[in-house]
Amino acid sequence: MKDVLYLAWRYLAYHRVKTAILIASIALIVYLPVGLNVLVSQSAAELTARAESTPLLLGAKGSPLELVLNSLYFESEAPDTTTYEQAERIAASGLAEAVPLYIRFRSRERPIVGTSLEYFAVRSLRLAAGRPMAVLGECVLGAEAARALEAGPGDSLVSSPESVFDLAGVYPLRMRVVGVLERAHTPDDRAIFVDVKTAWIIEGLGHGHQDLAAPQAASAVLSRTDDRITANASIVQYNEITADNIDSFHFHGELSGYPLTAVIAVPESERSGVILLGRYEGADQIAQILRPVQVMDELLETILTIQSYVLAAVAVLAVATLATAALVFWLGVRLRRRELETLWKIGGSRSAVAGVLVSEVVVVLVLAAATAAGLTALTSRFGSAAIRMFLLS
Amino acid sequence: MIEIRDLDFRYGEGDFALRVPELVVERGERVALIGPSGSGKTTLLHLIAGIALPRAGRIATDGVALPDLDDAARREFRIRRIGLVFQEFELLEYLSVLDNILLPCRISPALPLNAAARERAVALAHGVGIGEKLDRMAERLSQGEKQRVAVCRALLVAPGLILADEPTGNLDPDNKERVLDILIERAQQSGATLITVTHDRDLLERFERVIDFRELLS
Repeated sequence: MKDVLYLAWRYLAYHRVKTAILIASIALIVYLPVGLNVLVSQSAAELTARAESTPLLLGAKGSPLELVLNSLYFESEAPDTTTYEQAERIAASGLAEAVPLYIRFRSRERPIVGTSLEYFAVRSLRLAAGRPMAVLGECVLGAEAARALEAGPGDSLVSSPESVFDLAGVYPLRMRVVGVLERAHTPDDRAIFVDVKTAWIIEGLGHGHQDLAAPQAASAVLSRTDDRITANASIVQYNEITADNIDSFHFHGELSGYPLTAVIAVPESERSGVILLGRYEGADQIAQILRPVQVMDELLETILTIQSYVLAAVAVLAVATLATAALVFWLGVRLRRRELETLWKIGGSRSAVAGVLVSEVVVVLVLAAATAAGLTALTSRFGSAAIRMFLLS
Repeated sequence: MIEIRDLDFRYGEGDFALRVPELVVERGERVALIGPSGSGKTTLLHLIAGIALPRAGRIATDGVALPDLDDAARREFRIRRIGLVFQEFELLEYLSVLDNILLPCRISPALPLNAAARERAVALAHGVGIGEKLDRMAERLSQGEKQRVAVCRALLVAPGLILADEPTGNLDPDNKERVLDILIERAQQSGATLITVTHDRDLLERFERVIDFRELLS
């Protein structure tokens, strides 16, 4: 047996390119469905873990998936906005803690998450350096964002303009970095966190400018009455909030009407959650409240359906690959007929000669299986990291 | 001693038929077998080696009628008692020189692959001038070297009968002489019977007896 295996191994080693191609083909066809299954399972775990840690999510009526992807993973376009009043309403109900989210702007491709300090508690995020944001214009970076932007406490970041050609649009705001979060292996790692009011300033809903009552602004004043001063465009608007100008920053109108992309609701109890869900069931409601885990489950069902189609395609491919491998082997045997005859002539039994051929097939299959197992182990070991990298990219 | 009487062989239902009324080769005799291509010389060697089986007649090697043995016994007899050399060398290109010489041990449980076998293989290789190339792959050898490896493989078990089918057919004159020298010398040393099919009339004087196949069949 050992000698038959030796002969088989020598043949395979001598025809190493053909052997390697055969092994790679069979290994891939075995690995594809298994590896895909591992990846999908790990993706599902990664996706649902984030969704499961977000009990309820409120947002404007529209696509639930878009709302969840934007609010939990900072992916997709910003959904239609709801208002800050919804966060106040939830908080006032006493049923749940409300965490506002306004995720619309970016700084160097990183999402700027306008929220409150409660977000860090809800997501169990801890500071690795610095302190939480305390005043307007301050920001805290996720670990990956800090690494990629090479920024830390004391540095500053500028929000990206929404459109270079929109002259009447939002001015970039220079934000001071005051803290960096510990790595959480979630989309939070790549985010820039600011107070929701800072996000509104980036949008232009709040602003700070030169004191119109000051003598230096006199040339910009067009008219002045007891309760109103009108100035022209030469008035200096601040694009950075400092200790010197912070008092000039103000918001016009009622904050309750200001936009939010979502509100995370953390119910006091299961019962509170059910009551809260019930309150938003009416058709007259302008907002929707949903359980993110249900939305992700629906998404995963779609992914699993796609996976089954992919697996069906792989099965067809597997049949074709194995048929090709069998053909390669059969042609090889035909080409080696003389060699096999020699083995028999010099004293090898038919079964020993067949044993050499069978051993070659077995060795190829074993090596292919080992390769597939190795690839699956690698997928299992590094799949989560790859998925996180994909989700964080 | 090889003894053939009234041998009748036919390939399946084909037209080719071989009938040998009588042939006796004494032990230790060196015989050259000549004749036109396709006349059945190789088939006769196969019959003597028990590779092919006759339809009728008697064929015995050292008193053993191989057709009367079962397949396993015939194989064991062949691997222990008969050395085969082929015109096309029939080496396995994916094996080294040493592995090719030891091939009978690897393919048959009747011959254990032990230190003694290895020592004999190495000694044979040195004896025919390829001792320095034991690890070289067979495909990288010259034609003459390949045939010398094939001869070593045939002589591994010190057979009592050496059957060589045109062993010099693919060799240049120098190598023809050398390979034939080796075969004859080894046969003489071990007292083995040597039957060689050849078309090379220049070599016939090296044999004790030359059998013309046409006369043999008549």
